[in-house]
Amino acid sequence: MMKKRNGLMNRLIRDKWLYIFLIPFLLWYVLFAYVPMYGLQIAFKDYNLFKGITESPWVGMEHFKTFFESPYFFRLLKNTIIISLMNLVFAFPLSVIFALMLNEVKNKWFKKTVQTVTYLPYFISIVVVTGIVTSFLAPSNGIVNIIIAKLGGEKQYFLMQKESFRWIYLLMNIWKDTGYNSIVYIAALAAVDSELYEAASIDGAGKLRQILHVSLPGILPTVIIMFILKLGTIMEVGYEAIILLYQPATYETADVISTFVYRTGLLEGKYDYATAVGLFNAVIALVLVLTVNHFSNRLAETGLW
Amino acid sequence: MRESRGEKILGAVNYILLTLIAVLCVYPLIYILSASFSSSSEVLSGNVILLPKGLTTESYRRVLSNSSIWISYANTIFYTVAGVAVSMVLTTLGAYALSKKRLMGRRFFGFFISLTLWFQAGTIPTYLNIVNLNMLDTRWAILIPFALSTFNVIVLRTYFEGIPDALEEAARMDGAGDPYILFKIYLPLAMPSLATIALFYAVSRWNGYFWAMVLLQTDSKVPLQVVLKKMIVEISAVSDSKVDMTQKISQETFIYATIVISILPMLIFYPFIQKYFIKGMTVGAVKG
Repeated sequence: MMKKRNGLMNRLIRDKWLYIFLIPFLLWYVLFAYVPMYGLQIAFKDYNLFKGITESPWVGMEHFKTFFESPYFFRLLKNTIIISLMNLVFAFPLSVIFALMLNEVKNKWFKKTVQTVTYLPYFISIVVVTGIVTSFLAPSNGIVNIIIAKLGGEKQYFLMQKESFRWIYLLMNIWKDTGYNSIVYIAALAAVDSELYEAASIDGAGKLRQILHVSLPGILPTVIIMFILKLGTIMEVGYEAIILLYQPATYETADVISTFVYRTGLLEGKYDYATAVGLFNAVIALVLVLTVNHFSNRLAETGLW
Repeated sequence: MRESRGEKILGAVNYILLTLIAVLCVYPLIYILSASFSSSSEVLSGNVILLPKGLTTESYRRVLSNSSIWISYANTIFYTVAGVAVSMVLTTLGAYALSKKRLMGRRFFGFFISLTLWFQAGTIPTYLNIVNLNMLDTRWAILIPFALSTFNVIVLRTYFEGIPDALEEAARMDGAGDPYILFKIYLPLAMPSLATIALFYAVSRWNGYFWAMVLLQTDSKVPLQVVLKKMIVEISAVSDSKVDMTQKISQETFIYATIVISILPMLIFYPFIQKYFIKGMTVGAVKG
């Protein structure tokens, strides 16, 4: 017994620096990741700023009930899912197609230039990107409306139209992310065995058939995994871009759970209610991610990689 | 390999399409650059399509003489430099400790940090926590609570784990301790990985908007993104009501010039650091 304790002490002393390194690091996690989790209890409380988190009285599931019974519940859920699915259906395949197109380019300089240029928008801040969108779509002198007017059409205030919002948001994301999202497929394509192309070519397969029968199967595992992972994040639509673009006139199609949490919580000060809504979203998202991860792990194990 | 006629056409179409995509990606930036060097009236009447019209540096002179832009620009530089320093110190120390099998409770600590990848408290509890820590409207609120990205910690830990134990053992024979091993052996070897992580931290600092907007109230503390957003909102409010066209006329190109100086550092460095970003993305894909 004595000896064992000494062994433990010796190890602690020998590796003291490891633990010293770990202290500020773990302290950060406790203070900024786990203490907020303790604060999640206000989702079940009537939170009072002066009483604080612990002293505020419990109200059970009341905030959740209010939320589920409110007219917003269905609207927010619908918008969150539709915006995610539109991204999955339209933006996701584009990055795969873009990678396949780029893979066919022989000229190294051209390929590099196109890559450099298409990755760039990803690194531009969301304030600037939404600013560009706002300015391009401005009703009287935005370049889009100028072109529409020159073609003989009627100028429109796109950002005030609720039926346009999700498309604008989608196009913005396609512009911003497609290039960057294609990197992983470009890397996967580079790993496809070049002998496979030669063999296919000897068998008389043309370019198009090589793409369909060599390139595409080569990156299919990556595509499937990325697709599944994306599926797992369907409930996670970021608030930043949306709060920068939406207006009361477009709330009906633009308001998602995270933007609703921001508005009711930080702008209207209903901290407890907003926390409950956020918690609801986080729990659904967690379940989705875990389910999806389970599947992707199984796929990976059965030799898809 | 000989190409058929059809394939040649297909190849050409591919080049044309890719060129078009590349043009679409840079066009908005070129437009902003051109508009920022054009006279306001030309921009407002829609004459600027590609190249500047009525070439002038008026907007830039106004940006240069606007103190709130410069203050916020300095703030952004501060948040980026100090923020990256804090992030890198914490990330490196944590990743090193977690990469060592001799660390007791290693599996538990690994789980302790990974859990935050799957579940986070969310916007409101995060906000209230910062309020409770008396950090509201302080620079600390920007620097500390958002210092760590668990994902980056895991990437660096994995990198450290890949460094052969033999190097550490040799140093230990010579009596070196963990600080020496980390700073003199691990860090130099991990340079590419460190650069990638630092760049990702830097970009998110430079571009950060939401929390700065929520947490900072004093004008002298806000970063450039917050000021930029205010300018954009003001101008669209003016265009809604159509009250004061002269104010609008002067604002539009002014905003474009501010956008240009806000993305300038990125545009200058980007071609040189691009490979690190690509590296980060491919590492990310493997880790899922």
